[in-house]
Amino acid sequence: MTEDDLRQMIGRVQRGSLSRRGFVKRMAAVGLTAPMATQLLAVAGVSSAASAQSIPNYGPTRRGGGGALKILYWQAPTLLNPHFGSGTTNSDASRVFYEPLAGWATDGTLHPILAAEVPSVDNGGLAADGRSVTWKLKRDAKWHDGQQFSADDVVFNWEFAKNPAVAAVSSGSYRDVNVVKVDDFTVRVEFNQPTPFWADAFVASIGQLIPKHLFKDFVGANARDAPTNLRPVGTSAYKFVSFAPGDNLRAELNPNYHKDNRPYFDTLEVKGGGDAVSAARAVLQTGDFDYAWNMQVEDAILKRLEEAGRGKVNIVENGNIEFVQLNTTDPNQEVDGERSSIKTEHPAFRDPAVRQAMALLVDRNALEQHIYGRGGPATSNFLNNPPRFASPNTRWEFSIQKANEILDRAGYVRGRDGIRAKDGVRLKFLFQTSVNAPRQRTQAVYKQAAQRAGIDLELKSVNGSVFFSSDVANPDTYVKLYADMQMYTTTMPQADPERFMNQYVSWECSAKANNWQGRNIVRFRNDEYDTIFRQSQGELDPVKRAALFIRMNDLVVNSNHIIPLVKRPLVSASLNNLRPVLSAWDGTTWLLSDWWRQT
Amino acid sequence: MLQYLIRRLLIAIPSLLGISVILFTVLALAPGDPFEELATNPAIPPDVRAHLRASLGMDDPVHIRYFAWLTSMLRGEWGYSFVSRIPVEQLILQRLPTTIAVIGLSQILALCIALPVGVFAATRPYSLFDQVANTLAFIGFSLPTFFTGLLLILLFSIHLGWLPFVFRTDIEATGWRWWWEMFRQSIMPIMVLGLFQGAAWTRYVRSAVLDVIRLDHVTTARSKGLPEGRVTTRHIVRNAMIPVVTLVALQMPAVFGGAIVTEQIFRVPGIGSLLITAILSNDTPVIMGVTFIFACLVIFFNLVADILYGWLDPRISYR
Repeated sequence: MTEDDLRQMIGRVQRGSLSRRGFVKRMAAVGLTAPMATQLLAVAGVSSAASAQSIPNYGPTRRGGGGALKILYWQAPTLLNPHFGSGTTNSDASRVFYEPLAGWATDGTLHPILAAEVPSVDNGGLAADGRSVTWKLKRDAKWHDGQQFSADDVVFNWEFAKNPAVAAVSSGSYRDVNVVKVDDFTVRVEFNQPTPFWADAFVASIGQLIPKHLFKDFVGANARDAPTNLRPVGTSAYKFVSFAPGDNLRAELNPNYHKDNRPYFDTLEVKGGGDAVSAARAVLQTGDFDYAWNMQVEDAILKRLEEAGRGKVNIVENGNIEFVQLNTTDPNQEVDGERSSIKTEHPAFRDPAVRQAMALLVDRNALEQHIYGRGGPATSNFLNNPPRFASPNTRWEFSIQKANEILDRAGYVRGRDGIRAKDGVRLKFLFQTSVNAPRQRTQAVYKQAAQRAGIDLELKSVNGSVFFSSDVANPDTYVKLYADMQMYTTTMPQADPERFMNQYVSWECSAKANNWQGRNIVRFRNDEYDTIFRQSQGELDPVKRAALFIRMNDLVVNSNHIIPLVKRPLVSASLNNLRPVLSAWDGTTWLLSDWWRQT
Repeated sequence: MLQYLIRRLLIAIPSLLGISVILFTVLALAPGDPFEELATNPAIPPDVRAHLRASLGMDDPVHIRYFAWLTSMLRGEWGYSFVSRIPVEQLILQRLPTTIAVIGLSQILALCIALPVGVFAATRPYSLFDQVANTLAFIGFSLPTFFTGLLLILLFSIHLGWLPFVFRTDIEATGWRWWWEMFRQSIMPIMVLGLFQGAAWTRYVRSAVLDVIRLDHVTTARSKGLPEGRVTTRHIVRNAMIPVVTLVALQMPAVFGGAIVTEQIFRVPGIGSLLITAILSNDTPVIMGVTFIFACLVIFFNLVADILYGWLDPRISYR
């Protein structure tokens, strides 16, 4: 099926000559899954029912009466200002009180929260040239202290976040846009160039809005001293009661919440600290807590705990991926005081045959079955989600025999020690990763298979706090890549892949010149990739844009410099009767107002 | 005596300075910064991170940062936590009551076990009671607390379902119910720490008492016809207590410092867990604050131990 066929079909649905169901059926016939088909309709602006489908049904018919909701995090929140809190825990904790204009549902569609509706071309919210987006705000939303929420608050958040003296972690999303108040309940976000991904400022975690009337005296270097940082006043379904940094957070029902019948629970407690396994126990086995966040626990243990029958494990597919990078540059050669310089070429990995062999030697099936379980389904794509961006063109295979054949054909001959070599280049690689049990097991599995193909992997594991630090003086950080190959998980925090796929453009190469802050750590360089990435940045047609990202994925994956291993979905635990609303593209607490308990 | 005290306190100043220099340098040498998590988040441009580092003065050379810390410390300002932007002393005060309650009670429990059991076992060496007490003490201090903690959780929380294993500071009950709930959730951490410490101390008390019990003055006291109880308390235990007092006094700073592992297992929001999270997130002001107080307490309790010696053994004089 070509892009034109697709477009015609979408057009027929738009005109009404083809039903939505008929469309989905036809797509299924050519191998596209139902979620992907609905996605296509949604992005083409056809669906009106899509956003209703992406949020599960809300049962309760009145506000309150649900008792206590107890959530367990094994990391504890330390700060309750969304513009300062680094890390998921802090951003989730401030989300209990603050809300953005819209959040991301797990299928990658926007769900309005403080906005009256999601802007689209049809409702006039999106400018046809992609240079601005107009948000209409809810008129009945109030801050917890009774003040009216209005466009002034939205504009204030932009001024606050972009101010360099404030040093907000959210500044990246606000400093390149211009925000204009149209009227008391309408704001317009203006962009310098056509922007296909317009839903960044004021959306999801980064978009949580703080009240102007409590922060207006703290725009500047004193922003971190604002008392409201520790006693938040937001617009959400739960009001602040108490907060002990690094320990627990308590909230209670907000009787004036702007959505009907919500919330369900009367009180809310978020307890932090401890470890993941005992958190899983407290939910699945003893039922002391209702929900436990981020279950980084072996799947076998989770399955055993689930047998108690009290709770279940929730798995939410997102874009996070565990993958291997084969260095494009030479880590053993120093040029201008830097190793792995882009002026060099990796002696072995510059040969596509070696890279292809390396890709054939990872047994992803074994990784999924014996190491990661439900927390790591095998994949052949780097870009897996939302479904509309997943490439159908890639395959993975595990075959030691094929790897041997390829290397034989390429002229790599086994030496006395069983290691292959050609023209003095020995296939002996330093393989580094962070200290983490599943990663060390993966390294061992890989090493064993590689050995049978005449490739020797020297395994190295670096403490996570060193490996993932950006310490310029330390040679063992992942951004320096002073090794032949390395493995880690990269996360995809947004439903749009632009920020995710920029990690392979040539101008992002990590190097001494940029203090190794470039995102292209493997130093992948490909002219076609650069061209289509630039094209995607200005491409306003969602279907065309999806096709461009699929092509980018195919380029990096087929180069075999990037070997995707397993997807890392979000794993959490909840009691059987709890109905949490989770999302792959937004924080755990993004729609806490819609959580309820089936009785 | 007063002169001795003043001299000891004056000696403490350079040692505290030395300790703070070493702590600060080690922390400065350690890799990473509090904004680690931002590094792997593509939504946050690297220069935002660099700006944040600069705004906290983390790019200054080590000695400048140290003197900045020292001068504000001398003025009584402990600084702000990098991570939560709360004054360090407030963070510590928030955690102090729980720490002192849980760790303090466990030390008292340990003493209550160690003193009677150790003394009783030593006065009847190689009796059945001594053998049993010895064996139990051996088991007690060879099992690490993280292991006994997990065992207790498995037994009392999961199989029997009697006790909660997540410590909560915000129990909603009042009056007796509050005390009861507090007791229920504290008993496991107190037991774990108390039994471990008690086992170790029992062995010390026993051997200290055994050393004294053979001495001539004890025989003399007995031959004077003093009742056995009086001999034990007046003539044996008092003399045997000197090494024990050193041990207990040196353990006292730990009451403040908390127990990192046990606090982590039971999610007790004590100073130990504050310290470990601060270390993991490279929150220098908090680490400095906690460790520095700890150093002060070690020095202080050393002094206390020395003064107690004099009370226990009047032959020791202070010059």
